[in-house]
Amino acid sequence: MSSFRCFVLCGNMAGLELLSDQGYRLDGRKASELRKVQARMGVFAQADGSAYLEQGNTKALAVVYGPHEMRGSRSRTLHDRAVINCQYSMATFSMSERKRRPHGDRKSTEMSLHLKQTFEAAVMTQLYPRSQIDIYVKILQSDGGNYSVCVNAATLAVIDAGIPMLDYVCASTVGFVDETPLADLCYAEESGGVSSLALALLPRGGQIALLQMDARLHQDNLEALMDAAMTACKGVSKVLDQVVRQHLQEASLATGD
Amino acid sequence: MLKSKTFVKKTRGGRVMKIVREHYLRDDIWCGSEACDQCRQESTVLQREACIESNLCSFSHYLVPDTNVVLHQIDVLEDPVICNVVILQTVLQEVRHRSAPVYKRLKDLIHEEERHFYTFTNEHHRETFIEREPGESANDRNDRAIRVAAKWYSEHLAKPDDPKLVLLTNDVANKQKAQESGLLVYKFEEYVKGLIANPELVDRLALSNDDKNDIASSRVLFPEHLPLSRIQAGIKSGSFLQGTFKASRDNYLEAKVFIQKDEEDGTEVLIQGLQHLNRAVHQDVVAVQLLPRSQWAAPSSVMLQDVGSAKDDTTTEEEEQEEDALISCGGDVDRKPTGKIVGIIKRNWRPFCGMLNISQIKESTRHLFTPADRCIPRIRIETRQASTLAGQRIMVAIDGWPKDSRYPNGHFVRTLGVAGEKETEEEVLLLEHDVPHQAFSQAVLSFLPKMPWSIKPEDIVGREDLRHLTVCSVDPPGCTDIDDALHCRELANGNFEVGVHIADVTHFIRPGNALDKEAANRGTTVYLCGKRIDMVPELLSSNLCSLRSNVDRLSFSSIWEMNQKAEVVKTRFTKSVINSKASLTYAEAQMRIDDTGKNDDITKSLRGLNKLAKILKKRRIEKGALTLSSLEVRFHMDSETHDPIELQTKELMETNSMVEEFMLLANISVAQKIYDEFAECALLRKHPAPPPSNYDILLKAAKSKDVLLRTDSAKALADSLEAANVDGFAYFNTLLRILATRCMMQAVYFCSGMDNDFHHYGLASPIYTHFTSPIRRYADIIVHRLLAVAIGADSTYPDLTDKHKQSALCTNLNYRHKMSQYAQRASVAFHTQLFFKSRGVLSEEGFVLFVRKNAIIVLIPKFGLEGTVFFDGKDKSGLNLVFDEEYPSLTVERHTFRIFDRVKVTVSLDDSNIQHQKIRMALTEPVIPGVSVSATAGETQNKKPRLDS
Repeated sequence: MSSFRCFVLCGNMAGLELLSDQGYRLDGRKASELRKVQARMGVFAQADGSAYLEQGNTKALAVVYGPHEMRGSRSRTLHDRAVINCQYSMATFSMSERKRRPHGDRKSTEMSLHLKQTFEAAVMTQLYPRSQIDIYVKILQSDGGNYSVCVNAATLAVIDAGIPMLDYVCASTVGFVDETPLADLCYAEESGGVSSLALALLPRGGQIALLQMDARLHQDNLEALMDAAMTACKGVSKVLDQVVRQHLQEASLATGD
Repeated sequence: MLKSKTFVKKTRGGRVMKIVREHYLRDDIWCGSEACDQCRQESTVLQREACIESNLCSFSHYLVPDTNVVLHQIDVLEDPVICNVVILQTVLQEVRHRSAPVYKRLKDLIHEEERHFYTFTNEHHRETFIEREPGESANDRNDRAIRVAAKWYSEHLAKPDDPKLVLLTNDVANKQKAQESGLLVYKFEEYVKGLIANPELVDRLALSNDDKNDIASSRVLFPEHLPLSRIQAGIKSGSFLQGTFKASRDNYLEAKVFIQKDEEDGTEVLIQGLQHLNRAVHQDVVAVQLLPRSQWAAPSSVMLQDVGSAKDDTTTEEEEQEEDALISCGGDVDRKPTGKIVGIIKRNWRPFCGMLNISQIKESTRHLFTPADRCIPRIRIETRQASTLAGQRIMVAIDGWPKDSRYPNGHFVRTLGVAGEKETEEEVLLLEHDVPHQAFSQAVLSFLPKMPWSIKPEDIVGREDLRHLTVCSVDPPGCTDIDDALHCRELANGNFEVGVHIADVTHFIRPGNALDKEAANRGTTVYLCGKRIDMVPELLSSNLCSLRSNVDRLSFSSIWEMNQKAEVVKTRFTKSVINSKASLTYAEAQMRIDDTGKNDDITKSLRGLNKLAKILKKRRIEKGALTLSSLEVRFHMDSETHDPIELQTKELMETNSMVEEFMLLANISVAQKIYDEFAECALLRKHPAPPPSNYDILLKAAKSKDVLLRTDSAKALADSLEAANVDGFAYFNTLLRILATRCMMQAVYFCSGMDNDFHHYGLASPIYTHFTSPIRRYADIIVHRLLAVAIGADSTYPDLTDKHKQSALCTNLNYRHKMSQYAQRASVAFHTQLFFKSRGVLSEEGFVLFVRKNAIIVLIPKFGLEGTVFFDGKDKSGLNLVFDEEYPSLTVERHTFRIFDRVKVTVSLDDSNIQHQKIRMALTEPVIPGVSVSATAGETQNKKPRLDS
C-alpha cells in the first residue's frame, strides 16, 4: 500500500466524521449511548464525604466538608440557610498539553460558579442556617464533559457526607450533529464544532438545576436536544443509584449492622 | 451488550502529544448477509445468490476490495455488473482521508440499493478489531485489519452453500499473506478479466504501477516533483508559492497560477514551457517557484495548439522551436512574474469528455485521447476497442503522469455517443460544464403535489385574494415557465398601484426535503438552444408554479403605491392568489400599447406600467446604471428535426425594458426588506466595481478613434459611453459597449453576514438580490423564504439563519450560475456551427474586435458571431507581421489592422476536426496577397484534411 499521505497544506481535507452513516460515533458508541461510568464513594477518610468518578476517560475526584461554621469572612453568612462554597480545579497533567494554572483561571472560576448554582438548587440548605458546605472537585483526566462529570462526582460526595438533597443531581453534555443529538460527548466530539448543551437534572421530578449552552442552535432543534439530555441524565442517575446502594451494602457489612 | 475498552495512542506532529481515545467494541454489529442465520439483523443488504458471472469464481461470492482498489478502480466498481460488495470501515475511512471525490462516489454507490454494497463496521466489531503491533506501519495494520475482517466473514458464512468471500487487492505482499491465511484472493485485474459479462470493463481498469513501468523510456522528460514535506517547508519559508493552476486555452505551452494569499487579492504567476509546466493539469493545486527577475517573460499573444502524435514520448524539434519562439518574445514592459512548477499539492482530476485519436499503427492498443476542453492535455489510454470508439465521444479519467512520459496515462470510462450528433454533443456540453441533467429521481418526484391539483381552502389561509385584479404576464415567445406577472391600476387619490406577482414556488418546495436538496444542488435552470434543463420537475416549472392565464395560481406579491412621478409612496409584500388575465409575448404587449384603438383593462394597465417604467429607467440611468451590450442570438428551429433554420439577433423592445424595470424594483425592495430583517443571513447579490486595469483595452480601443472614455465611476463611464459616437460609424457605440461588457466583473451571490460590500456596480444600486424567478433560480427560493419569514407568512428553519450554510450555498449557486452561462454559450456556438454546416460559405461584413500578435478577432454583427483570422500557420508562412501592443495594431505585409476596422470575411464551417468543429473565417477584404481569399475560392482551402489537434 502506498504511504499514508497527509494534507496539511490544503487543510484537513475531511475533518472527523462524528457520526457515520451506520450510526456509529468516533469511539464506536451509538448516538444515545453513554460512556462507561465507574464510581467509588468514601475514598478519603479525613473528609466528611468523598467520591471518585470515571466517565469514559474523564476522571474526577470530589471532596465535601461540612456543614460547618462559617470560615473566613463572616459577612457572607446567611441566616436562613447554608452557604455552598465550590471550587473546581484541573490537575496539571489532566490534558494532552500540560496545564500551567491548575485553578483560578477564568474558566475554572466560571465552572466553580456553575457548580455552586447547581448544588444550591439540590442541597436542602435551609436545614443548616448560618453554616457552610465546601465542595472541592478536581479533574484528574479530561476527555470531554468536565462539568457533568464534576456534578456527578460531587453528588456522590455530598451523599457520602450525609447531607440531605432533594434528589441526585445528574448531569450530561449533549451535542447536535447531522440532525441527531449525541449523548455524553467526548473531547474529540466537543472540539469538533458541535453545538453542545450541558444539563443538570433532578431526575425524579424532572426539575432542571442548571442548563448551559454557549453555541448557536436553531430553536427547532432545542427540544430534541433537551429530550436527549434528559434521557442521558436519567441514565446516569440509574448508575449513581446503583453505586450508592452498593456502597451502603458494603459499608453496612463492614460495620456489622 | 458488551462494552470493552482499549486505548488507541497517537502522536501528532510538532510536539509529541499523547492522545488517548476510547474505542468501544461491540457485539451487535451484524454481517448484513441474507444467507446468515446467526445475526439478529432487521434488514439485510447482501443477497444470498450473489452471482457475478465469472470464470474465476463460478459460485456465489461477495467482494471485499482493499483501499487502493477502491481508490484507483472506482470507475470499474461503479459498473452495474459489480454488486454484493462488502466495504470495510477501515477502507471507507482511508478513502475518506485520501480522496474526497472518490469517497463521495463510494458513498453514492453504498446508497444505491440495487447494488448491494454493505458497510461493515469492522473497527468496532469485537472479533475483527486489531491493535497495531510494535513496529507495524499504519498501512500494514490496515491491510491486516482488512484480512482479519475478510477472514471473519468467511468463517462466519461457513455453511457449504453460503456465499464465499473474495478479497481483491493489487498489493503483492498483502495477497500472499492473505493466501497464507486461507483466504480466496485475486488481483483486481485478474478478477475483472475473468468476468464473463463485460469485456469492455477491462478498458476501464486504471493502470497500476507495475504496468506503467513498461512504457518507461530511458529519457526523462520532466523534473521530479518535490515531496510534500519539502513543499510545505518551502511554502512556510516563502521560497515556494501555493496556487491554482490554470492552463491557457489558446496556448498549450503557457499557463497561469493564481496565488491565493490570506485575505489579500490573489496574484498571478506565469508559467511557460513544458519543463516548467511540469505535468500540472488545469485546476490542480500546485507549488510554484519564482524564476529570477531576469528570466521573467511576458504572456505571449501567440495561439498554439498541441499537434504531437500518439506514439512519441520525445519532444519533437518543432515543439522546441515553438518553445523558443514563445520565450524570446515580449517587451520589457509587460514582463510578469514567471515561475516553474516544483510540485503538485493536490490533483483535481475529473473524468474528461473528448475523442480518441486512433494510433497510426494498426495493432497498437495505446491511443491518444484529445479532451474537448482545450485546457486539458491529451491523455494516453489503452484500449482494445479503438475501432468501435473511433468517431465516438468518450469519457476518460487520468491515472497518473510519470516523469518520463510526454502525456498523462489514463483509462476509458464510458462512451457518450457518436460525435457530431446533437444528443451526444449536448451530453458532452452538459458533462463538461458539470450541469446535473439526469432525470429527477423517484425520491424527488415523491414530494410533488398529487394531480389533479387545485387550490384548496387551506392553501388560501393567510393569502390575499387578488383574483379580481387585471394581472398579465409578458415573456419571450414560447415561454412555459412564467414566473412573473404584473398589474397596474389607478387609485382614487391619483396615485398608481403597481403589483409584481411572482410564482410562489416555496409553497410547493418545502425546506430540507429531497426536492429542495435537488433544486439547491442544481441551483439554476439551464437554457440551451431548443432545450431546457429544469431546476425543478416539469410539473412545477411549467404547470403548477407557472403563472398561466385564466387559472388560479398562488403567488408572492410585491405591491407599491406610486405617485405620477413614479416615486414609491408605500411598499408591501404579501402572499396571494392571482388569476392572470393574459400571457403575452413582448411583441404582443408592444402592439397593444401602440394600438390606440385598444382600450381594455389589460392595455390600460400595460400603458400605465410602460409610462412608470420609462421614468424609473431614466432615474436609474441618471444614478449611473450601465447599459451594456452583448449580442444575443436566437435560432429559429425546425419543428421536426430541431435543426436551426434561421439565425436572428435578439431584438429589444420597450416592453422588455418595462418588465425588467419592475423586476429590478421588486428585487431592490425585497433586498432592502430581508436585509433589514436578517442583517446576518440575507442572501444578496453584488457586482463589484472592476479594477481600473480591466479597462485598459477599452480605453486603448476608444483612443484609436479619438474618443475619450472616463472610467473613474460607473456614472462617468455610462455618460462617456453615451457620448461616444463617430460620424459615419453607427455601430461604433454598440461595439464599445460590447467591449465594456467584457471589462466587467462577475456578479455574485453572497450572504450579508459574511461580507460588507453590497454595492451593485452595473445597476448602481446599494443593495440587490434575486426575487423574481424562483422557478429557475434557487437563490430566489431562499429569498422567498426569508421574505416570507420577515412578513410572518411562513416559519423559519435552522439552515435558513445559519450564515455559514448560506455562504456555502452561495458558493454552489455562483458556480452553477457561471457553468450554466458557459454551457449556454457553448450550446449557441454548437448551433451556430450546425447552422453554417447547411449554408456553405457565406461572405459577410464584420469588425475587428481584438488584435493579437498573429491574428485578428472579427465580430460579425449579423450573426453575433466572433471568429479568428490567423496570419500564420501551416499554409501561410513567411508573412511579414508587425505587432504594436501600445496601439494595438497588427501590420500584415503593408496593411495595418486596428480595432474597429471594417473587414469582409467568408464564413464557413471547418469540420475537418470533428471534435472541435469551428467556424472558419477567411479574409476577403482588404486584399492582402497570400492571406485573403476571393469569396468563391475560400472553399478549396478549407477542404485540406487535418488528422488531429
